[in-house]
Amino acid sequence: MVTTTSPPPDVALTGGRRRGPDRIFRGFAVSASGIVVALVVLVGAFLVTKASPSLAADTASFLSSREWSVADPTNLRFGIAQLLWVTVISSILAMAFAVPVAIGVALYLTHYAPARVAKPFAYLVDLLAAVPSIVFGLWGARVLMAYVQPLQDFLKSVFGWIPLFAPTSVQAGTIFLASIVLAIMILPIITALSREVFKQTPNEHKEAALALGATRWEMIRIAVLPFGRPGVISAAMLGLGRALGETIAVTIILSTTSGAFSWSLFFGGETFASKIANAASEFDTPSTTGAYIAAGLVLFILTFAVNAIARIIIERRKAFTE
Amino acid sequence: MAKRIDVKDLNVYYGDFRAVEGVTLGIDARSVTAFIGPSGCGKSTFLRTLNRMHEVLPIGRVEGEVLLDGVDLYDKNVDPVAVRRTIGMVFQRPNPFPTMSIFDNVAAGLRLNGTKNKAELTEAVETSLQGANLWNEVKDRLDKPGAGLSGGQQQRLCIARAIAVRPQVLLMDEPCSALDPISTLAIEDLISELKNDYTIVIVTHNMQQAARVSDRTAFFNIAGTGKPGRLIEIDDTATMFSSPREKATEDYISGRFG
Amino acid sequence: MSAVTSLSESAASAGPGGAAPGDLSSPASSSRRAKDRGATIAMHSAFVLALVPLAWILWTVTSQGYRMLLTSQWWMNSQRGVTVRDFGGGAYHAIIGTVLQAGVTAVISVPIGILTAIYLVEYGRGVAARAVSFMVDVLTGIPSIVAALTIYALWISTFGLSRVGFAVSLALVLLMVPTIVRSTEEMLKLVPNELREASYALGVPKWKTIMRIVLPTAFSGILTGVLLGLARVMGETAPLLILGPYTKSINFDLFSGNMASLPTMINQDRTEFLDAAVQRTWGAALTLILVVMLLNLAGRLIARFGKV
Repeated sequence: MVTTTSPPPDVALTGGRRRGPDRIFRGFAVSASGIVVALVVLVGAFLVTKASPSLAADTASFLSSREWSVADPTNLRFGIAQLLWVTVISSILAMAFAVPVAIGVALYLTHYAPARVAKPFAYLVDLLAAVPSIVFGLWGARVLMAYVQPLQDFLKSVFGWIPLFAPTSVQAGTIFLASIVLAIMILPIITALSREVFKQTPNEHKEAALALGATRWEMIRIAVLPFGRPGVISAAMLGLGRALGETIAVTIILSTTSGAFSWSLFFGGETFASKIANAASEFDTPSTTGAYIAAGLVLFILTFAVNAIARIIIERRKAFTE
Repeated sequence: MAKRIDVKDLNVYYGDFRAVEGVTLGIDARSVTAFIGPSGCGKSTFLRTLNRMHEVLPIGRVEGEVLLDGVDLYDKNVDPVAVRRTIGMVFQRPNPFPTMSIFDNVAAGLRLNGTKNKAELTEAVETSLQGANLWNEVKDRLDKPGAGLSGGQQQRLCIARAIAVRPQVLLMDEPCSALDPISTLAIEDLISELKNDYTIVIVTHNMQQAARVSDRTAFFNIAGTGKPGRLIEIDDTATMFSSPREKATEDYISGRFG
Repeated sequence: MSAVTSLSESAASAGPGGAAPGDLSSPASSSRRAKDRGATIAMHSAFVLALVPLAWILWTVTSQGYRMLLTSQWWMNSQRGVTVRDFGGGAYHAIIGTVLQAGVTAVISVPIGILTAIYLVEYGRGVAARAVSFMVDVLTGIPSIVAALTIYALWISTFGLSRVGFAVSLALVLLMVPTIVRSTEEMLKLVPNELREASYALGVPKWKTIMRIVLPTAFSGILTGVLLGLARVMGETAPLLILGPYTKSINFDLFSGNMASLPTMINQDRTEFLDAAVQRTWGAALTLILVVMLLNLAGRLIARFGKV
């Protein structure tokens, strides 16, 4: 048999060093990574350089003013107070709506749904993430609004004495409605990430709980939820990051009211993103544009901070489980 | 032709940790040398320094000399890629390339090294598969995925793939540990045939296997966790299993180890 | 582990209300059973609740928009000369725009993304790799409107160029690159190290091992990531609002003139309540959803059945 193998040739070990292609290929990979780093630097640098002249010329307090008049380059008065409030409250409310449902769905898919259908069902939830945000906005403003309005009226009439639920001049396009739509939009990502961590719950923990005579719910409460908590929190933060930056759906839904400001959830207004989007056609002078870019910069910092917190939680958890 | 290997005072590191210490030994051409020893004694790590696979790990580092017919593999003019082309390797778990057919798997080494001639490839594939005692089983389905074979067939496919590039030396890292007894027997038969053409080094934790297939046996041991592994002794297999020089070897071979 | 301590606590607390030892016929106490059943119902309803908006949106968009899609002119004509109150015209100009812009985005993003992932998995070590990975995370979190503003600041404020399709693509690159890097990275990590070692042991250089062994093994997964990333950028609207004004006419030129796209076509008439405009809007929405979901579905099917 072996006679069929011809004698091995002598291969020169030296001299034939062909490291060139290896070095070139590595160079490509390194350059691509360099581009990625450069892109981030580009985002930061351009936002800062284009925003700072306008920030310097701002005669109002940028952080605490609710004013926004940027048409006159000689008298720029703009502040982000209201934008910050609307952005944050709508996103937090969205998170409050989405997280419990997402946890429920994730638990359903990992511990309740029959194994046969768990995968296709999970895919259905993921499909929700494939709906473009402009379609969510259109549906929210044209369809969902009519159904949410009675609920809003009810809440206003019962809890109206609380400032957060006070009636306002805005009828339909409220922060409340925007939050519901945002909640639906961030539901898939929170569900998907929670599902992943619930799936990773060590079987020993679960079996230990069941062996103690725990019901399924008790097993989840004492084994699955504590194990998944950091993962769920970071998933919620990533969802929050998405909600903070969501543009078109919020732009379509929120009424850009000029009425008296209210802290109510049933007020309208603008988020950072929708403010910028609504103004897209008035980017004519550098100072006007600069003001909007300043708003964008704050949004960038805000989402960066939220995402960073999410990553830190994930990293800490890794440190514990590995 | 098959070549001999001489190792001089070799130290192997993972980062700062010294995993193998001061190994000096010779491996004869056209023979089977077995490395035995308890888990974690560094025998596999040492094996991987013989074709410079150890340094593929980001923290892998080697000191000392490995001479292939007198040429130091760790000389700075030596290309590690050329070393691996000259010294082939078969791994613990069969690892055929999952995207490739049986034919393509065997031809992979030649193709990736620049052979394009179809006739040459076809001939090399047939020769190598015959050399690996697999030709008769797969000749009618060369275009089927390599991953579809049984574990033992996959391992022989990997041996065919390794010998297709016609190396001087064949390193085998516990090639049978993932296989059933019948497949193991097939591989062992193959090893005794292959030694007519190749220098073979095999790591095994199965002492009967070492006794069955090898001409010479090297025993590696470790003094304790965190300590480096060392070569205790190397001798003719028959001598090693009947009258070893060292007490530790005797303890290990007779099962009184640890 | 905290789970272990809480286990013993709950065992203790379950004791008094639970079954007497050795009594197999009497199950857990009624309050525990009720809680368990309540939880089961809650989980099921959460799932149903999550599906309601999906079904509702798909139903709305389909029922409102399907009529336009059944006409051949929808797929072959633009809206040129069609006024807000006119029925008719098509979405061809918008489909062209969306496909062209997304295509150029992919052509730029895919090589950068895959090579960066290769760097992270195959080459990157230590501080440099961690820095790149961190930057990818930052890029992942950038809101699309911020990406659009950045390109506006670069393309229009700094270079004084105009709002054209290519500027939109550049903004979309910022959004697509991180998704490609992350999905490719995951797939490359799934390629067993044994395959790389087998290739090295045959004397194959590293770059050839990556190109001929690692990438082909991970191919279907990478393709899935690309398709999902593509589906995502196709649905992005914010960069279009800032950088890609709508036009009713067909424009194949990414470097001059306005270029329509499906999201801006939806946006165009979204405040109109005239029948023709409403139908056009929902028709464009349905078209966009179909394109995006088909890409999405293709990606998932490849992931499901593409595995060797």
